[in-house]
Amino acid sequence: MQLIEERLRSLMLQSLAGDAAAYRVFLDELTARLRSYLRRRLGGLPGEVEDLLQELLLAVHNKRHTYDPKQPLTAWVQAIARYKLVDLLRRRSRSDVLTDPLDDDQVFATTANDAAEAQYDVTKLLRGLPDRQRLPILYVKIEGASVTDTAVRTGMSESAVKVGIHRGLKALAERIRSIG
Amino acid sequence: MKTEDLVSLLSAGAEAVDLKLTSRRWLLALAGGASIAFLLTAGLLKLNPVLWHETYKPMFWVRESYCAVLGVLGFIAVVRLARPGLRLGLAPIGIPVAVIAMWVLAVVTLVVASPQNRARLILGHTAVVCPFLIALVAAPLLIALLWVMRSFAPTRLRWAGAASGFAAGSIGALVYTLHCPELAAPFLAIWYLLGILIPTTLGAWLGPRLLRW
Repeated sequence: MQLIEERLRSLMLQSLAGDAAAYRVFLDELTARLRSYLRRRLGGLPGEVEDLLQELLLAVHNKRHTYDPKQPLTAWVQAIARYKLVDLLRRRSRSDVLTDPLDDDQVFATTANDAAEAQYDVTKLLRGLPDRQRLPILYVKIEGASVTDTAVRTGMSESAVKVGIHRGLKALAERIRSIG
Repeated sequence: MKTEDLVSLLSAGAEAVDLKLTSRRWLLALAGGASIAFLLTAGLLKLNPVLWHETYKPMFWVRESYCAVLGVLGFIAVVRLARPGLRLGLAPIGIPVAVIAMWVLAVVTLVVASPQNRARLILGHTAVVCPFLIALVAAPLLIALLWVMRSFAPTRLRWAGAASGFAAGSIGALVYTLHCPELAAPFLAIWYLLGILIPTTLGAWLGPRLLRW
């Protein structure tokens, strides 16, 4: 536990300092841990695991500025995961659980490959965003272009590109929430 | 989209995050909220004309410290509740201690006072309006704190809202003292506390409605 804490914390600090490679490793490790956590917690709702996992990753990303370097990173992640889990279960209990196809199709619909895919499609949700958010995310985040190139390509200023990415990812998280 | 692809998306070109900028938002909220609270007090309610004279009385400073201590403790709770996974620290102990201390002082004041003076010590001249005026002065602070709270990630929404209300109420009360003519401990123990509890209750109600993310 202590090892995980130290490792993840140092990766997080590097990420916050702007190291995208460290951030990638951080998110990968987090994905694995959160997935097994959610599988344990969502035993009765296996179809929700990947959905909530992606929602959690977006939340961690959008709220990473709220991490206080003086606090344990695992406590920070744990609190976010618990909050989102409770939020999901509350939404679930509000919508009619009885009409959910929990029992029949899940077992057959889910193969090992699909397991890593959410029920909603982030790519589709992305298409619903306004251009000033969608294009920066598409160019910088998916195609891997630099902020400068994206600014030239879209005719936006560099800071508008950054703001677009930031707001777009927040909007994406909002949309995922409202689906679930 | 596969989760793996989402991870690539999020990490691609990720830039540095300025953590100090995040903390600075609180100071902006406090400064902005307190300025409007002051304008409300000075413009709508008028400053106490004998304020300067009252600074010579010990109870003036008891009142100021009472509001300031509650404000600081409330603000610490706000800052901590805004971040996932932080313990509350001093506030849950400090706030009851400060409130009880004022109650003890109030009881002592009443016991020592002559019976015909007691009602005046409790009611002063402004008991009816005091809690509502404190709530009014606290309103801009509550709005500012909730606004900033929304950009953080509170996980206990009702508590985060209540703490914002409590901090706003206490700092609002501190600003309100620039107008308020009352200095008696029994008055402060009852009406100031009620005044602080109005935005606290409002915040607790608003928290789950406004702070969800």
